Amino acid sequence: MSSVELLPALLIAVPILMATVPIVLGLRFDRTGWSVTAITTAGMFAATAYLAADVYATGPVVHVLGGWGEPQGIGIELVADEFSALIALLVAATAAGLLAYTRVGGPRGNTFYAGYLLLTGGLLGLTMTGDVFNMFVFLEIVGLGTYAMISSGDGPESAVAALKYLILGTVGASLYLIGVGFLFMATGALNMVVLGDLVPELMAAEGEPTLLRAAFAFMFVGFALKVAQWPLHTWQPDAYQHAPDGVTPLIAALVSTVSAYALGRVMFTVFGPEFLTATPYLTEIVVTVGAVSVVAGSTLAVIQLDVKRMLAYSSVSQFGLIVAAYGLVTEVALLGAIVHLIGHGMMKAGLFVAAGIVALGYGARTVDQYAGLAGERPVTAAGMAVLLIALVGIPPSIGFIGKWYIAVGAVQAESWLVAGVIFLSTMLTLAYAARLLEKMYFTPASTLESPHAPDAVATDGGDGDADETPAVAGDGGRLADADRRGSPGAVSFGMLAVLVTVAVTAVVLGFAGGAFGDLLKPFVSEVFN
Amino acid sequence: MIELLASRYAYALMFVLLGIGLYMMIANENLVKKLIGVNLFQTAIFLFFVAVAFVEGGRAPIVPADPNPGEIAMASPLPHVIVLTAIVVGIALTAVGLALIVRIYAEYGTLREDTLREVRADE
Repeated sequence: MSSVELLPALLIAVPILMATVPIVLGLRFDRTGWSVTAITTAGMFAATAYLAADVYATGPVVHVLGGWGEPQGIGIELVADEFSALIALLVAATAAGLLAYTRVGGPRGNTFYAGYLLLTGGLLGLTMTGDVFNMFVFLEIVGLGTYAMISSGDGPESAVAALKYLILGTVGASLYLIGVGFLFMATGALNMVVLGDLVPELMAAEGEPTLLRAAFAFMFVGFALKVAQWPLHTWQPDAYQHAPDGVTPLIAALVSTVSAYALGRVMFTVFGPEFLTATPYLTEIVVTVGAVSVVAGSTLAVIQLDVKRMLAYSSVSQFGLIVAAYGLVTEVALLGAIVHLIGHGMMKAGLFVAAGIVALGYGARTVDQYAGLAGERPVTAAGMAVLLIALVGIPPSIGFIGKWYIAVGAVQAESWLVAGVIFLSTMLTLAYAARLLEKMYFTPASTLESPHAPDAVATDGGDGDADETPAVAGDGGRLADADRRGSPGAVSFGMLAVLVTVAVTAVVLGFAGGAFGDLLKPFVSEVFN
Repeated sequence: MIELLASRYAYALMFVLLGIGLYMMIANENLVKKLIGVNLFQTAIFLFFVAVAFVEGGRAPIVPADPNPGEIAMASPLPHVIVLTAIVVGIALTAVGLALIVRIYAEYGTLREDTLREVRADE
């Protein structure tokens, strides 16, 4: 076994094992969590980059756990192919980059970083697993990590939001598990590649494979919950809004993205385009769910007052676009869905980092409070503006490429509903992006600032010192009024560097549309042949 | 219909349990009881997997010591392993859920969702 083949297993095992280190070291030292996590995620990012380079050079890398390779499909396989390598790269890069924010912005504490590493390991596992039941286990590990991360917020609201997500998320994962049960009943296999071969055989033999249809129905509803599709999105705005500012970018950029990736994996590798198009009403239902989410999500985003909540509803609509693209079942639309998955994850991470910086340094949380931001915080405002414009889909930006491919796929598939919805969603995205842009650049800061929301994050006196003792949960928002005002000193250079890097990358990748197409071509053409 | 129920009662029971669990999650105002509903929901799925593994006339899937045992019908062991794993996952979820409920109780002093809504609306 070559060293590259070991990487998929190591990428999952190392962060999960390292998650115990901050807790153990925490018995003696107070501030080891960040350093341990930084070293681990940096190493993981390097390893993922190496793995991805190998995948794109020589083809998929498969690791069979425990050496149960023969006969094929008995053991659990970890697969890094053209699709999963790209998502793994996004996960590792975001997890490593975001540490520049949490170093100063918090939350602090060794247990927080233990959860951070656990979540990262779970996400990489969900990305690379090649086994449908193993996918359920990683779905739950990711869920557990996310609930812990959300509830690490200072206010009591975060615990309520986390419990809401826990109940709904568990139902989603359980529905997926029922789907796995039906799939196992029908085929007797759990390996994705083996299932991908068995499903067409079963369809040819039976004509109307009831068990397969039931399996798909349960899995789709389960994923619709996890990806937050309307009307199953209700957990998401609360979770994003009440999670600590340092956690929201991680969750928003990765958790739903990787769940949406898993949905794509199940739809295209396990069931395959043949099953999707042959089953009556299947593609229509998937496209409708996506299209309705796009419209409902953007409409709800336009009327939100809180910026983080607005961005959360925007996620509902952007994932609707991805699900609708899956439902089109064409090569170009699938390519667009993958590109938009990456692009949206990146842009949302950047936007939530920007929202965190503004809350920390300017004390603004609602759209109205953003008034006059451009004058006082030009770098933050510019970074946010670039990302918002990219999210709308104005070229050159990664947001444009994803939407463009999906739109071309919709026209090719003659699905005028999706084509219309993309146009409408761009308009609605512009509506809520423009609201924020107008406030930041054209509304002067009013002298009568409204007081903070009670859940405002404490800025610890705003001395910007990175070596503070870990903040005790519960002290946030209870400080004197004078301290509630955001302080520019609390914003570190690292935070701004992350925001600027993401903004620049979002624009630069706007020129890489062809490169994405070339990288993903082997995967996409294998699915459709 | 009766015949179908008599031969497939495990599957029927599974959907009844799923329904009860789901109803508890939605209708019960007590957060702990909601979590019990989640557990019931998961348990129904475990029952489903065990029922899938059943083989008419099959024995426990233990490989006999005899090197040449001939043809023996055995229940499928894989779903049982899946259920074991899923039980462990379920326990972890219940633990996290209860920890969150403890924190909610400490902060708001109530376990009821309707009271919680009122308390949060007042703030």
